Formats: sequence, structure tokens, C-alpha cells
Amino acid sequence: MNKKKKIRGGLSKMMLQVMWTRLIAVVEGQAKSLVRTAFSATVSEAGDLSAAVFDTEGRMIAQAVTGTPGHVNSLAEAVKNFVLEVAPSRLRDGDHLLTNDPWLSSGHLHDITVVTPTFREGRLVGFFACCCHQVDIGGLGQGPDAKSVFEEGLYIPIMYLAKAGELNDDLIKIIKANVRQPYEVEGDILSYIASNETGGRLLNQMLDEFPNISFKKLADYIIDFSQKSMEEKIKHLPIGVFRNLMKVDGYDKEVILKARLEVKQKKITIDFEGSSEASKFGINLVYNYTLAYSAYGVRAALAPEIPNNTGSLAPIEVLAPEDSILNVRKPAPVCARHIIGQFLPDLVLGCLQRVVPEGIQAEGSAGIWGIQARGGRELSETKVSSALPTFDLLFFNSGGTGARPTSDGLSATGFPSGVQALPTEAVENFAPVIIWRKEFRPGSGGAGKWRGGLGQSVEFSVVDDSSFAVFAMFDRVENPARGRKGGFDGFRGSVRTSNGKKLKAKGKQVVQSGDRLVIDVPGGAGYGKPIYRNPIYVLEDFKLGLIDAKTAKLVYGVAFTSGGAIDFERTKLLRKQLKISKA
Amino acid sequence: MNVEKELGWEIGVDIGGTFTDIVLRSSSEVLSTKVLTSSETPVLPVIAGIKKLAGDIGIPLKGINRVVHGTTLATNAIIEKKGAKTAFITTEGFRDVIEMRTESRFDQYDLNIQMPPPLITRDKRFTISERLSATGAKLINLNKAEVNKLISILEKEKFESIAIGFLHAHVNPIHELMTKKLIRKALPTIPISISSEVSPEIREYERFTTTCVNAYIQPVISPYLGVLEKQLRLIGIGCPIFLMLSNGGLSDVETGKKFPVRMVESGPAGGAILAGKISKECKLDKVVSFDMGGTTAKVCLLDDGKPDTAREFEVARQYRFKRGSGIPIRIPVIEMVEIGAGGGSVCKIDEYGRILVGPESAGSDPGPACYGKGGFEATITDANVILNRINPQIFAGGKLELSSIDAKNSFELALARPLNEPINICAAGAVEMVDENMANAAREHAMERGKSLLDRTLIAFGGSAPLHAVRLAQKLGIKKIIIPANAGVGSAVGFLDAPITYETTRSFYQRLSLINKKQVSAVLAKLEFEAKKVVERVSSSGSALCYFSAYMRFVGQRHEIKIRFPSSELTSSSVQKIRENFLEAYRSQYSQTMPNVDMEVVGWSVTAFLKQPPIKIRNNKVKSKGVRPQNTRNALDFITGKNIEHKVYSRKNISIGSKIIGPAIIEEDQTTTLIPKNFAAQINGYGYLVIEEHIT
Repeated sequence: MNKKKKIRGGLSKMMLQVMWTRLIAVVEGQAKSLVRTAFSATVSEAGDLSAAVFDTEGRMIAQAVTGTPGHVNSLAEAVKNFVLEVAPSRLRDGDHLLTNDPWLSSGHLHDITVVTPTFREGRLVGFFACCCHQVDIGGLGQGPDAKSVFEEGLYIPIMYLAKAGELNDDLIKIIKANVRQPYEVEGDILSYIASNETGGRLLNQMLDEFPNISFKKLADYIIDFSQKSMEEKIKHLPIGVFRNLMKVDGYDKEVILKARLEVKQKKITIDFEGSSEASKFGINLVYNYTLAYSAYGVRAALAPEIPNNTGSLAPIEVLAPEDSILNVRKPAPVCARHIIGQFLPDLVLGCLQRVVPEGIQAEGSAGIWGIQARGGRELSETKVSSALPTFDLLFFNSGGTGARPTSDGLSATGFPSGVQALPTEAVENFAPVIIWRKEFRPGSGGAGKWRGGLGQSVEFSVVDDSSFAVFAMFDRVENPARGRKGGFDGFRGSVRTSNGKKLKAKGKQVVQSGDRLVIDVPGGAGYGKPIYRNPIYVLEDFKLGLIDAKTAKLVYGVAFTSGGAIDFERTKLLRKQLKISKA
Repeated sequence: MNVEKELGWEIGVDIGGTFTDIVLRSSSEVLSTKVLTSSETPVLPVIAGIKKLAGDIGIPLKGINRVVHGTTLATNAIIEKKGAKTAFITTEGFRDVIEMRTESRFDQYDLNIQMPPPLITRDKRFTISERLSATGAKLINLNKAEVNKLISILEKEKFESIAIGFLHAHVNPIHELMTKKLIRKALPTIPISISSEVSPEIREYERFTTTCVNAYIQPVISPYLGVLEKQLRLIGIGCPIFLMLSNGGLSDVETGKKFPVRMVESGPAGGAILAGKISKECKLDKVVSFDMGGTTAKVCLLDDGKPDTAREFEVARQYRFKRGSGIPIRIPVIEMVEIGAGGGSVCKIDEYGRILVGPESAGSDPGPACYGKGGFEATITDANVILNRINPQIFAGGKLELSSIDAKNSFELALARPLNEPINICAAGAVEMVDENMANAAREHAMERGKSLLDRTLIAFGGSAPLHAVRLAQKLGIKKIIIPANAGVGSAVGFLDAPITYETTRSFYQRLSLINKKQVSAVLAKLEFEAKKVVERVSSSGSALCYFSAYMRFVGQRHEIKIRFPSSELTSSSVQKIRENFLEAYRSQYSQTMPNVDMEVVGWSVTAFLKQPPIKIRNNKVKSKGVRPQNTRNALDFITGKNIEHKVYSRKNISIGSKIIGPAIIEEDQTTTLIPKNFAAQINGYGYLVIEEHIT
């Protein structure tokens, strides 16, 4: 090869890499600015949003890594739908499109997607899009209780939010008339326009800086590179079919999630055939959302370092039977789809256990235990009448994650969701309640060579001890997180009152005045047999109060001397006995 | 030698992880030295360095007027876990707050992340039965019997420091004070940090970690400061000693002993102060400062000569620079973004053939491959040597001759061979990638702050910055770059220009439409009293001035904007002023406001300061003059792929007014400046290099 050509070829390859890095930074910045202005707590606390850039064909080229995996692929699918709906040739600079159609974007009406075409010298070069959770969308409010999507709020098909820079006031008026917090929703939607426009400006600035490389060339490079890298990863996996079945508590009845994962030459197909049928309640998933959570599981396990885009997602195929809980049709209710969606990564990871040579983490508590409560005047019962104004409250509590093949699970930490907990002091400032306890739940992590993460216990009442209602939406009360390779299951969750009354894990219930709600959030499961856990870690767990002496002895087979050190002689003996008794 | 009579001499000391920088300055001269830091006896090199610097030009140490000191020792004690054996006492039911963190993962895709271990492990965390409500009312009285029982444990277990953090103590400190009193009486020598004094702000996780950090490093930092003071006195320095704090203000040694957490990250603050001074001198209202050394690059935004400030930052990030992986500290601080990009940043490729630069650094020992000290890793400094941007003979004033063969070998092995590309292309790619990484960090930072970069001037200092500054500016759309004199010891120089100031903060929630002016005024008066007390302790003349700030947002939002207002006595008109200031600030950040949404104030702060002498403005209209290059050399241009001839100058030989047209390289002892094609530089009236676009 001619030396000059070689230099130019090499440089252009380097330039493409640099531009890819830039593109990711641009969408990350776009996402961060959305988080800062958002009124919806799930956006500002949990990063429940997505932001990405697309080419003219609607292929996703770069996406911000945000808090909840449910958005990973939903947005990629959404923009394809926009391109189909509106002929790109008709689009002009200053146009902005909007929808919240659950089946076109990310699975429930609360998420509004705004897509903005970007122009360069008068020609369309691509799209910027973002999708954010709204603080309200009308209807029954957030929860699984609607019988159909029509009861869940305002439903907006793909429409122009602005045309050539002129805002569609009619649409804004309709939205504001339908939601409980009109100004906040309006402010949020307007900030999506600003954020997409910023993205477009930065894209043009980059193309100015690297005049030799067109966006089309960059897009082809990124998609091609990502798809090939992903295929390369899959090529090294054993070909075959790997199955997993998971039972979760569900809303009104147990839900079965069944997955059949097939590794082919360059492709992975996940089929959810055999999963439960659609629920009457709003815990159903649209296909996009199922795809997003499944793809997240595969990508995190196989190639977390390859960024998300149409290329890296292409080798993952997801099939879900129509009208199953994982692929409902309109008008099924879908509002609280995350309740089931959060289990999908664990379900898919379970299939990969025998595929990935390094092993896969054990199951975790998966669902976040949000305490949603209502109290105050409206709810006061006969005996004590509360003078407090009616209040609604939601705060998040995470359980334990599953133990990993080479380390313990994480205690009181969300997975797969990225929800951040609210500080107790903030909750108590926000509503007239007292959180009496919020700390680790000792012993709840499944025993194993690597221990599951601990859950937590939370105790809660209203400030004047009046009665209050809790809208329970807790899972893993019946079905614990399951251990792997001889690791023990994590502790199940429990819902009760401090007077010892047992409560249901689902639905609205009243805690009587003078009593307190107590939740014990589930622990993550263990990995490997407990008798193989390093005795030093067992002693440390004991000293930190994470396990008791009885568990140390009977489960881990570790004995301590009276001085608090490891009794190696007796430990050896204990472990031998445990091995025999298990055999 | 013209010994300054009027203002006398001042000393700035910056103890970093590798080097201790010492600057001796009068109003007409700046002398500096870099000595190696001693982690065992950090005071020794300081004393030796001062003696040498002063001795060299015959300044009597008695004649020193002021010593200003900043250090990373506090930060390092946390990172290296070299603090004291510390107990944490908290509210029953909340033993695990500092370990539960935010209950979220800082990396969405990495299934194997490890959370940073808590500074104080669970067995050293104790709970006491007590409880206050959000308004500070007592729900459960402090159980004194439990405290007394705990005291005997603390004594038996030989704890060296104690942190106390109860829920809602920022509203009502009564239980913390009572507990402190009981322990103090029984164990009078053990230092005690309480959350209502260290960081009286809402959000228990951040308040508790800040208090724990303070307690953890106090038994290390306090004696160190004592030794420093004593040693300086022993060599005859009798002048006041000031400490640099994280917010870019100075305070006395007492404050550092009591609240050592306020000294964390005080080093980088010096750089921001330097940038502030330069922006005032050069009359620049919008500036971005860029400080790039061997390991990290820091970027800070300044408006009207004032650096951005924040109330919280993270220290000891587990995954270098990954947000959420460290320990949050809630104190007033200069807001900057720091990323792992420096001369020592390691360049490699991943399994897919993508170039990665940093965040790991080869450090200084053995350092980059070209140092020839046994290091083999390909670094940015190696790339700059390969590309002919650094002259191997004159690096670090010629003290360390670089080996371009070792540099080339390192790139051959790490990048060129696996990628099957020429060495110089790989080096160019790595340099472009590190510039891109820094530009992205700066852009994201500005975006988060809701500020534009386009209309700003870039002020660059630190050993590596002048080589990368112009390309960084291009990427950010910035048109003007300033590189000050003594760029290599920028932070220590900055210390000497820092104002004497102290900031007190407190969370106190108010809905703006329902604001209780009397209560807020009382809170502000107390903050004002505390802030002034610290400042006036070191003031020889007159009383401190104050300004007041509110942290505001629209009701329902999570992130606040800091709004200034003039007086602690709130009136209807000052509330109106606060409202207007907020709306204006919001609009300028997010280009819209929420006309029908109420506003809320979540925190208040008072900054007391002493009036500084005005900065002397020099005539910046200099007469342009040409200057002859020493020689020329070729360096590769990334965009065109061509080798371009650069004229080479020595900064020693250029003076006020000298104009240099790119492509050019300017060399000096501690750094090298690169001026690409289509740019030109001129030395301004202060001796700073001003670089601007110059298209012929």
C-alpha cells in the first residue's frame, strides 16, 4: 500500500473513533440536562429517561447510558415508527414530533417521546430523540388498577409538537387539560425540545470539525463495528438451547416467566413461549419493553463495553407470544409494567449460566419495594381523627442483589433498576410521616461461597399515629431469589405491622392508628456452596452482625473460639460433617 | 536585587501527591521551586524548600509577611485509609445509612462492580435511642444511660476519634450536643465531630459521611498542622499562616484543625483562584480554566472572575472518576470536573481495537516509557515526544532527558503492532483521543451547569495543559486561550491571591410564596455570626463583609440553583429580589421558566470575606513586535495527516509584545506550548501568552 494512503486511512479510522466518543458524550450531556430540570421523581431520582441520536433511516447510532434499562431499545424502536409515520422528505428544520403511544415507544403512557430532525446545510442528516417519564398523564394515576389502557390516561398518537419552529398550541392545550400537574408537564415537554436542539447543534459542530467524514460514514462505521463485535462475542459461545423458568408472585396470581435462549452462529434468539397470559391488571409489557429488558440482560453479561446502538442490538432477537404478559395488544392495561419487566434480566441471565464460562450472578430481589402510602384527614378512622391534610407518598427501598461468581451480592441496592433511594430526612420533610427504621436486614442474604446481598427492614407510621393506607406492590414474598451452584436462596420478603399483623403483598390495605407498617425487603441469593466460603469472610460477616453464630456454624460450618477467632480445627470437622450430611 | 519594601514577600505552599510546590512572591517578582513530597514527614521538604528559595536571593525569613498553605494530605488520608480508628454514633434504626449509600449502582452495565467500603465499618457504628422529627421536635428523648454504656466501650476499644450524626440534627442539634458533652466529660482527649457543626444540611447520608470523614482525618491533620506551624516559627517565620480551603477561600489554622474536611481538595482550588485573578486582570467576564498535570485534568467555569461553586463533591472514587463511586462530602467547594487525563495517562487498545487513554496514569515513578526509568507503558507524554511536540532534551528544564526510542517502542508494542498502523498515526490518534475526552468532560460539565462554552476564554496551566490547550479550545468552539507565566506551579501561585473568606451553610426549607421572613432572618443572622467569627479572627483591620445565598428550585424539582441576595434581614422587597434573581438565573440556564409553578428554597449560605486590595490593571495595549525562532521542527497534523514545519521559540527569549504566528512551539522549563496553524500568540502586558485565531 502506498504510504500516504496508509497514513490517511489510519487517520480516518482514528477520526471515526474520536467522533464516536464525541457522539456518546453529546447524548450523555443531553440526558443529564433533562435530569436536572425534570419534575418527575423517577426522572430526577432514577434517571428514568433516554436520549439518543439516529440517522436518516431511523437507525440508533448512540444512546446515553441512563438509570433504567427499560428504555434501552424502546427508543430505537420508537424512532423507526416515527420515520414510518412521517415521510422524512416532508420534515423541515424546527419540526418536533411527539407521542406517548405505549406500543410505539416504551410501554406506558407516562413516557413521552419527542423526536427532532437535524438539518445540515438544508438537508436532513439525522434525528435526536428523547423519552422521559412524566409526573402525571391523567387517568387513574400510576398503578396497576386500570382495566384497559384507556383508563390509564391521555393517549397521544404521533403528532407535530412544533412545525418549523412554531409550537402546536392545540396539542399543548389538550395535554394540559388532561393532566393533574399541567405546568410541570408542559415545562418538561418544552425542555425536551431544547435538549434535542442542543444535540443537533453539537452534531453540526462536530461535523464542522471533521470535514472529511460525513455523518452517514460515521453511522455506517459505528453500526458495522458494533454488530461485528457483538457477533464475534456470540461466535465464541457454545451453540445450543438454554432454558430458564421463573415464578414470581404477580399481582393477583402467580406469573410464570419462561425463556428459551438459543445461541446460533452469530445470533441469540430468546423466545418467551410458555409464559403466563396477559394479566387483567396493568402489569403487562408491550413487546418493545420486553425486548429492552431482555437485550439489557444479554448485553450486560456478554459485552457491556460495546455501546448501545442498532448494530450492537441487532444480533439479539426476542420473540414473545402475542397476548402473553410479555407482549400484550392494545387496549390491555400496561401502566405498572416495570413490576414484571424487572425480572427479565434475571430470567435471561439464568439462561446464560451455562453459556458464559465465567458464570453468572445468582438471582436478586429484582423488584424495588416502593412504599406508596396515603394518609391524613381522608383516611382517619373512628377512634383517632387526624388533623393532617391528606397526603400521598412514595419512597423506594431496595433489596439485595444476587451473589456474583467472584464476589458477594450488593446489599440494599437496586438491580436492574437504577432507582435512587430518597433520604429519610427528605421523606419526613415532604410528608407527615416517621420512618422509624431503615437498615440492613441481617441474615437475609442467601448463604454461599459468595453471599447474596442483604435486604433491608423499614418501619413506618404517620406522625400523629393516625391510620394510613398502603398500596402494596411487593414481589418475592412467595418466590425467593434462587441460589446458583449450591448457593442458598435469599430470604423472602414480608409485609406486616409492628403489632404482628400480617399484610398482603399486593393491593390497598389500611394500617390502623397506633400501628406501624414493617417491610422486610428480600435478600439476594448466594453463589456456590456455603461450606466453601472463606472462613475469614464468615468471621467478618459475623463480627459485622450480617449473620449470626448459628448460621456461621450450621450453614457455613465455621466455628469460633471463645476469643472470637476462627477455630480452624473445629471448622474443618464441621465442614466435613456438612459435606457428608448433604451427600 | 530589588527587595520589595511595600508589600514584602509571601509564600505559597502546595503539597501534592508527588511534588510540593513552593512559591515566593513579592509584588514584582515570583520565584518557585518543586521538591518531592514526603508522605512520612510532609513538613520537612516544605521547610527545606522555603529556606533554599529565600536563601538563594537573601530574603530574611523574618521578613515574610504571609504563608498560604494548601494540601492534598487530607484527601490522601481518605484515599489511602490512613485515618484514625473512628466510631460513629447514630440514631437507633439507622446504623447502615453510610453503607446503604443511595441504594443504586454507579454503573448500569458492569455486573461486577464493587461498592467502596464504608470509611467506618458496621462494627464501629453504634446506635442510641433518640429521635427528632423533621421540625426538630423530640419524639424520643436521648437515652443517656445508653450513651454512658457506650462510653465504656469507646474507652475499652481505644477509639481515637468520634463522629456523631443523628437524624434531623441540622434542624435541632440538642441530642448531638448532649451526647458530645457526656462523652467529652468522660473522655476529654478524644476529638468529637458532630454533624450539626460539620455540615448542618439536610440529607442524612451526605451529612453523616461528611462528619465521619472529618472525624476520620482529624487525628491525622490536626497534629500535622501543629508541626507545620511550629517548624515555621522555629526558622523565624512569625507571620500569620493561612490555610486554603476547598471553596477557594483562606482561613486560619484553627479552622483547619477543627474542620479538616474543609481542606479536602484545596490544591486544585488554587488553580481556579489563579484563573479568577487573570480574568480580572484581562477583563474577561467568561472563562474556563483548564489545569492538566501528570495524572488528571480539571476544568472549572468562571463568570466575572468568580469560579463556580457547589455544596457537594465526591472524594476517593472507587472506579476512578466514575460518579457515584466515591464518598460524598457536603461542604462549600469550587465546582470543577476532574478526569483521568494527563501527561502520564496510559494509552492502550481494547479487545475490539479501540484506542483508550487513561484514566490510569503511569505516575512519576517509573513514569512514562520515555522517562527511561523502567516504565514501559505508552503514555500521552510518549505520544507528544513521538510527534515531535516535546523536545526530549529540555523536558523539566533539562533535568530529565527523555528517550524517544523508548517512547516509540512503547507505542509500537501497545498500539502500532496490534492495530497494524504506523507509530506516529497511533500517537496522533491517542493525543486526539485525550483531547476529545477532556473536551467531552468540559462540554458535559457546562451542559449540566446550563452554561455555554462558546463565548469563553480558556486559561490553561499545569505542566501538560499548554500543549493541549489550543486543540481543546478548538473542540469546544473557544476562540481565545491564555497561558500565564509560571503555569507549572499555578495552584501555589493562586493561593497567594485567594481571598480571606469563610462560608457557612444550613438547610432550612421555605416555600417562597409562604416564606417566614422572621425565621429565615434568624437563621441567616446565626450563619452570619459564625462566618464572621472565623474571618475576623484573622483580620487585623476592620470587620468582615458578607453576601447571602439561597439554594432554589421550582417546587417538585430536585436540583437547585444558587441565588445571591444582599442582606440577612429579609423584607418583602428582598424576597421579591430573590424571586427575580432566581427566574433570571433559571432562564439563562435553561432558556425558559415555569410561570405558574411556585419556588422553594432548600438551603441558605452566608459568605463572610475581607475586602481585598483591588487588582492592579496594567496597560494591555502592547506594541507588537516580531521575534526570531531558534530553530524549526516537523510535527504531524491530525486532521490533514501532513507533517508540518513548526518554528520553535524559547519563552525566555520572548517578551511583552512579542508576536508568534503558528504553526509554532514555545518551550520553557516546566512546560511546552503548541500553537497550531491558523493561530497566533502574543505576550500581553502581564507576560501572559494570548493565543487567538489567525487566518492568513
